[in-house]
Amino acid sequence: MSLPASRSISGWGLFALPGRERQSEELEAASETAELSRGLGRSYGDSSLPATPESELLCTTLADRILGFDEASGLLTGEAGLALHEIHRLLMPRGWFAPVTPGTQFVTLGGMVASDIHGKNHHKEGCFGDHVTRLRMRLATGEVVTCGPDERADLFWATVGGMGLTGHILEVTFRMVRIPSPWIYQESRRVPDIESFIAGLKESGPDWPMTMGWIDCVSGGSALGRGILMRGRWAEPSEAPARFPAMPPRVTMPFFFPSWALNPLSVRAFNILFYWKHLAREKRGIVSPWGFFYPLDAIHLWNRMYGRRGFTQYQCVLPESAGQGAARRFLELLVKLGGASFLCVIKDCGAEGRGLLSFPKPGISIALDLPLRDWTQRAVNELNAFVIEEGGRIYLTKDTLTLPEDFAKMEPRLAAFDEARRRFDPERRLRSHQSERLLDPATKEEA
Amino acid sequence: MKTAILGASKGMGRALARVRAERGDDLILLGRDVDDLERSAADLRVRGRGTVTVIACDLDTPDGFPAVTEALFAGGARVDNLVITAAHFGTQDELEADPVRARRLLTANLANTIEICERARVALLAQGGGTLCVFSSVAGDRGRKPVGIYGASKAGLSHYLEALDHKWRAAGLITICVKPGFVKTGMTAGLKPPPFAGEPDAVARQVSRAIDRGTPLLYTPPIWQLVMLVIQHLPRFVMRRISF
Repeated sequence: MSLPASRSISGWGLFALPGRERQSEELEAASETAELSRGLGRSYGDSSLPATPESELLCTTLADRILGFDEASGLLTGEAGLALHEIHRLLMPRGWFAPVTPGTQFVTLGGMVASDIHGKNHHKEGCFGDHVTRLRMRLATGEVVTCGPDERADLFWATVGGMGLTGHILEVTFRMVRIPSPWIYQESRRVPDIESFIAGLKESGPDWPMTMGWIDCVSGGSALGRGILMRGRWAEPSEAPARFPAMPPRVTMPFFFPSWALNPLSVRAFNILFYWKHLAREKRGIVSPWGFFYPLDAIHLWNRMYGRRGFTQYQCVLPESAGQGAARRFLELLVKLGGASFLCVIKDCGAEGRGLLSFPKPGISIALDLPLRDWTQRAVNELNAFVIEEGGRIYLTKDTLTLPEDFAKMEPRLAAFDEARRRFDPERRLRSHQSERLLDPATKEEA
Repeated sequence: MKTAILGASKGMGRALARVRAERGDDLILLGRDVDDLERSAADLRVRGRGTVTVIACDLDTPDGFPAVTEALFAGGARVDNLVITAAHFGTQDELEADPVRARRLLTANLANTIEICERARVALLAQGGGTLCVFSSVAGDRGRKPVGIYGASKAGLSHYLEALDHKWRAAGLITICVKPGFVKTGMTAGLKPPPFAGEPDAVARQVSRAIDRGTPLLYTPPIWQLVMLVIQHLPRFVMRRISF
């Protein structure tokens, strides 16, 4: 097969780079020459972008078959390009749901493993990798192998959260969970400040399988960190409607917003509206799982909201050791930086992910969008300096701008990951723009 | 209802098998690579409630066709719909550079496909009727620069399918000629999608509806009917200049 033509490839944040992308139904054959596999391109920055314009990526989305599903154990095996929304469309009506889901269901199994995604139930269920029992992979050496927690565990835990750099993921086996109904019982309440927010998350943790919150990130002073705290659980059949929750029709963002649409005033207005839209101090009731888990999926291509120049997301975890005040100081810094984000998401993390580079660790995770503008690099540097100081780290799947020296300071596990790559990919054939930027900056300069 | 699909594990065949599985059809998957068919069978068993079986059938080896039809209609089993999506594809540049490959493509897409249709015709008429749904292409509608050889195979096939439908519909054999425009599948991966490129899932739903209704000719996505109407009426001196 001839080499695909070079074209512009971007992630969800619309930061684009030239490269070659091959799409194939047969991952095993097509993965022989590719430098990296990528799925639906929902990582925000350059995690799934080509290292060089000549780099060949393998797009997995045509490899989307379910290879087996055991209704007794919930074990599902799928090809790497199988999307979460398709799994839910088929299996939710039969009472099954993914053990862990990110904030969008337009992700592939391969991507969920590579990012070791986490969700609203992290404090109870950990990351997606904790529910994976087996992977089938093509290593950079050409070998096709299987691995899991009990088989080639070193390869497995390097691959979980390994950003696709340890081999091409061909198949994923994981355990789906039984749900009593496809509806969610949700309680949400307005929270006046960051301290009550963290206390609310902590207090809800033991009894609620799913918790998270939206923070108004422009209000400072006594209202710093105010927002809406949400907690939910699967509804029991007795309290839920008998019908299956209809997926809302997807409206498409028809064009890019002009860059001036996003300004301090509009951001401020949005944040304030979002807070006061929740008029009642507290609401409770049955809600659709689509709105609960995937509020933004309802708008196809919502990433155009940040204009053609695109955006990045900044997500960090501030560890428990940093203490209660760390989140307040982070938000103070954010407000000082101008807080150009439509909302930010806060979530308490449970146990540290077992993948060598998994993002979560016990503490508070905060995520916010930052439009890509001239000042964004400086803002990311300042936020990173703070996160390093507090002993936290950032989420690679969201990152576009972190400097390699900053990343090294956040990641004491980097040496172990580097050692794993040396073992499974001695010639460093697998790479992304992000790996060249953050993990191998020296080799990039030489080239 | 029982539907057999030749080329069921890839592209539009895969998408159509899924649509039919989800509405409860029993499925027979035909294709060259039995291991790959078995993987698709597993996928379809999770999606549907009907049975899924697999039969090896290689469009390049017509010697095997009698055994295929025998297995398909084994023991007087009824097949309601036989769908053929399998075919070879090559760009005009690739085929011009390799005349042997061009002959193989023409043989498989035209002569061998017609042989399968003829064998199926006899069996379907013998059971009292049925639907034969064959994927041709808009490439067969006009002699165009980028699809001269591939288009020739599809032009011949479309021609045959129309005649088949005229001759045997009254006797109960419904023939459907599907003419997909550009559809984003593994076959076209690497080619630059033109405007109006279609998704396999949407195409599959339209084809499934055409099978239900017995529509003799289906352009899909539907906009391609209009596109081809214009192209068919362009004067030769225009066709000579454009590269489409």
